[in-house]
Amino acid sequence: MPATDRQPNVRYMAGFFKRERDVLAAVREARRAGLQIHDVYTPFAVHGMDRAMGLRRSRLTWIAFVAGVMGLAAGLALQIWTSVYDWPLNVGGAPFNSFPLFIPVTFELTVLFSGLIAIGMLLIRNRLWLFSKRRVFDRVTDDLFVCVIKQSDAASDAEEAAKVFTRHGAIRVTEGDQFV
Amino acid sequence: MSVAVEHIPEVEVKPEVERPVLSPLREPLIEGHKTYSEATADICQLLDQKPGRGWWLAFSASFSVLVAGLIAIGYTVVTGIGTWGLNKTVGWAFAITNFVFWIGIGHAGTFISAILHLFNQKWRTSINRSAEAMTIFAVICAGLFPIIHLGRPWLFYWILPYPNARGSLWVNFRSPLLWDFFAIATYFTISLVFWYLGLIPDLATARDRIRSRVRRAVYHVLSLGWNGSHRTWSRYEVVYMVLAALATPLVLSVHSIVSFDFAVSIVPGWHTTIFPPYFVAGAIFSGFAMVMTLLIPTRKFMHLESYITLRHFDNMCKVTLLTGSIVALSYLIEIYIGFYSGNRYEVFVIVNRALGPYRWAFWTMIACNALIPQLFWFKRVRSSIPLIFIISILINVGMWFERFVIIVTSLHRDFMPSSWAMYMPTMTEVFILAGSFGLFFTLYLLFLRVFPVISINEVKGVLHYARD
Repeated sequence: MPATDRQPNVRYMAGFFKRERDVLAAVREARRAGLQIHDVYTPFAVHGMDRAMGLRRSRLTWIAFVAGVMGLAAGLALQIWTSVYDWPLNVGGAPFNSFPLFIPVTFELTVLFSGLIAIGMLLIRNRLWLFSKRRVFDRVTDDLFVCVIKQSDAASDAEEAAKVFTRHGAIRVTEGDQFV
Repeated sequence: MSVAVEHIPEVEVKPEVERPVLSPLREPLIEGHKTYSEATADICQLLDQKPGRGWWLAFSASFSVLVAGLIAIGYTVVTGIGTWGLNKTVGWAFAITNFVFWIGIGHAGTFISAILHLFNQKWRTSINRSAEAMTIFAVICAGLFPIIHLGRPWLFYWILPYPNARGSLWVNFRSPLLWDFFAIATYFTISLVFWYLGLIPDLATARDRIRSRVRRAVYHVLSLGWNGSHRTWSRYEVVYMVLAALATPLVLSVHSIVSFDFAVSIVPGWHTTIFPPYFVAGAIFSGFAMVMTLLIPTRKFMHLESYITLRHFDNMCKVTLLTGSIVALSYLIEIYIGFYSGNRYEVFVIVNRALGPYRWAFWTMIACNALIPQLFWFKRVRSSIPLIFIISILINVGMWFERFVIIVTSLHRDFMPSSWAMYMPTMTEVFILAGSFGLFFTLYLLFLRVFPVISINEVKGVLHYARD
């Protein structure tokens, strides 16, 4: 989450886990208990975490599809415009608009647009860039799983979260006002 | 910098994978009951080590060969294509053979990273990183040859459809050579970003634990601030899947388009509708052979036996056997259709290949591609690393000869006997071929030193496989 979203009063609770199934169970229960899950930090893509956190399906597939259609249109337009309108050349008697022969380049451009734009949007959406100054939990890229809960005004949230975390085998629970 | 929020004390928690309860149905993908931190340590410590004598030996050998190749390329560019053995009849030979050979090698990497991902083949996780690296280096080697072949390589950008001062005279979109350019440029770009996307989480892992300050700074920039957030992971997985779905038809299209270079012409022996599937199968066949050739020493010298297991080789041998059998079947169909056509030129090409002056190349191809890989039917062969290594090299030799046979034997004796000719490569051409191997191995050896050789995050996801 971006730094600007951080409000001064909001506090976070973090539970550190060593096992994949513990963090999954903790996240599930925290959500059932109505706690707001800020994010979960894991060393690899944990299966079932999307559902446990209640994440919506990403719309990046649609972006990739639209980008592909754009590539297709651009590829066809480029070839038809240059070969039929701008400077028609007779090559071995083939018709100016020799459409089936335009398919390979059109296909390649479809794939190229779709792939590059999908990756570009992924990086933008996740704010991943070369000079990112994001903070990282110690050992989370190694073997630790961290579940961070955003506390609302209700005072009981912190206690509740700590209880959920320890019940599911958290090795440590900490509270702070700016985690990651 | 990666800032440790707070130091986490070591707490004794039984790791999930410690319990060696094995599934009765499946074998584990990673051997040795590794924990997450052991997996990280095993792969990251390779980056901290100073290269050993073996690495320096291999590196200096491949780099010397690369320099020899560069000299040969320089000589060709300065003097002209006359330094090669080409003549009026055989206008395409060594360089195009090498081009098709290298492009084919690359296909296995994409097959492993994209197609096996779509089919949820979890064993790919140990080998996809190095196979994708191989793809990229092979495509670089391949791209070199058409450019040198231009004669005036500094004008290679004329193949781009850009508005120019020649009227805008556009490129000819009906030419397979132009399709080739688009296919290979797209293939290279998509393979590169796909590979890099897979690397990001591992670069973050390396960033968080490597000792060298310079390297840490480099990994810090390259890992793009990755912090393992699941919101990021979730979108990452979606895009990874999208790219796999895009790379799958892409890889099939690339070698199909390469085969169009030949199939669209009217030269007997080239003008065949079977070429696209035949080329794609051959590409995956030769690519898997090259993956095995590279991984056998990599695994041994970098002590990765727990990650790249005999099971991986067994599976790769099976893919090689399948694609090799498709290739063998294609040879038979090509011969059969040649005779069945009743066309005297087609029949002549078939007979001339098998019994003519280049029969040694043809029979090398048949032996290495159609016969020797059939040994992989035997479990004993599939589980013997030395045998796999030898067979994989023979397959590469065979697949290089396949392209040589297709290109040279079709051209050297076509319609007019008065223009028949022979082709033999000059030393310059041999050095350029050797130089491309030098480039390939130099890049691969550098990769082994610079990036995590095995996808750490994906391996962690399959540590539990068949356990508990």
